[in-house]
Amino acid sequence: MKKNVYVYLLLLPGLIILLLFLAVPLFSTVFRTFQGDEGLTLTKYIAFFKDSYDRGVYIRTLKLALLTTLIAVILGFPTSYYISRVSRRVRGLYIIFAVFPLLTSPVVRSFSWMVILGKNGIINSTLLKLNLIEEPLRLLYNEFSIVIGLVYLFLPLMIMSLVGVMENIDEDLIEAAESLGATRREVFARVIFPLSIPGLIVGSVLVFTGSITAYTTPQLLGGSNTTVLATLIYQNAMSLFDWDSASVVATIMILTTVFVTFLINKLSSRLNA
Amino acid sequence: MKGKGKFLTLFALLVYFFLIIPLIIITGAAFGTDEFLKFPPRGFSLKWLANIFKVEMFVRTFKISLEIAVLGTVLALLVGIPAAYGLSRYDFVGKNFLQGFFLSPVLVPGIVFGFSLLNFLVIKYEMPVYTSLLVGHTVIIMPYIIRVISSSLENFDYSIEEAAISLGASKLKTFFVIVLPNIASGVIAAFILAFINSFNNVPVSIFLTGPGISTLPIQMMSYVEYYFDPTIAALSVVLMAMTIILMFIIEKTLGLSYFTK
Repeated sequence: MKKNVYVYLLLLPGLIILLLFLAVPLFSTVFRTFQGDEGLTLTKYIAFFKDSYDRGVYIRTLKLALLTTLIAVILGFPTSYYISRVSRRVRGLYIIFAVFPLLTSPVVRSFSWMVILGKNGIINSTLLKLNLIEEPLRLLYNEFSIVIGLVYLFLPLMIMSLVGVMENIDEDLIEAAESLGATRREVFARVIFPLSIPGLIVGSVLVFTGSITAYTTPQLLGGSNTTVLATLIYQNAMSLFDWDSASVVATIMILTTVFVTFLINKLSSRLNA
Repeated sequence: MKGKGKFLTLFALLVYFFLIIPLIIITGAAFGTDEFLKFPPRGFSLKWLANIFKVEMFVRTFKISLEIAVLGTVLALLVGIPAAYGLSRYDFVGKNFLQGFFLSPVLVPGIVFGFSLLNFLVIKYEMPVYTSLLVGHTVIIMPYIIRVISSSLENFDYSIEEAAISLGASKLKTFFVIVLPNIASGVIAAFILAFINSFNNVPVSIFLTGPGISTLPIQMMSYVEYYFDPTIAALSVVLMAMTIILMFIIEKTLGLSYFTK
């Protein structure tokens, strides 16, 4: 690689755009939350966590994100392992069917669950036809439908992260363990799982932070009493025109994603040590 | 192959059933004759597909989404290609930091970014909504451009470039005649990926709407709040068809295995 001062000129236009339209607006949002009548203060944050409604929204967001990540791991791990062991051709097919939803509009993906879970949706109309229920179940606009929607949204991401790591696990390693007398469970616990941890970390960070910040899915599949951080920012800003509290929620969201990413990475380096 | 029992196969198939079936259901529902969404649909008709074009706001916002996605992607390519080239070709002080900075938009929650743009550009500096929407999209797609172009530059043999320069070609000419054609497929892939991400974006666009200005996904969201007829299902089918075509181009240029990296 060469050394060259002119390289900064190549980067300059992009840097200007990112500084003016990303860094400065974000900084101004974060900064105003610490501004008080006399200098810097944390009062707005204290007010947020003292308010039982706001605190409830925060806890709900974390809870739904945690649940989503857990389910994505439980569904994604065995599936990815299977995909990483099939022939190259079949694997390509599985990857196509995971990438397709990933690239499809989140509005379309959330909407499809409205068709399935709705009052006249497939599940309710089937159950009614079979006389298993008297009246439609309330499957939509609650925490349950949000979690389903989020798992549906992020499972492909988990699968892709895991397959990327698992397909590099050498088949010989597994066969060696088996020929040395390891049971299936031991092979899984001592060989496959430890080698998959990097993919698990990346996948979990993506799914967890994605779930904390998701707007479309909780907006379409959630109800009035299932507000999460993202929908709270929107409500505070666009319905109440309360820019200050929207900025506080926005900053809390950023800090939470940064902290979680840091925590999971820290945890993984300890697991690897 | 060992370690791949019947249970595992069944499990994987069930998970994929979960991934695919909602999209099949929505497709089926788009072609029914009923006035509201139903699956399995009764009868077969194309009237909902035709109805998309009768809803003026869908046609208008589709155009806006298309414009923003194309303009934003072109803008991001114009500033992103030189940046990606600089980052992969040269060594300099602060390289790691700048690389991280160029990829950072992907780490910022869209909803926070959208709100900040409204707050800062539209309200404080009275920038027109359309312009703000455009720069917002340019910023969020920058990381895709940088990442894809950088990875195709990694496979480029710089000795060809040096040969051209030693034969007397100018740096600029060498870039356009030698480097750019060699990373053409990467540029196409970057374009497609950036385009999809802009076109599908909700959290940034939701704050940047104004009189006569909104994007298709935002319009779809407000439509389903009030109507529950199959028009949205039909529109979803159109969008999925578009996704399939774009995926095909990505497979031909970048390869879908890119997503497992």
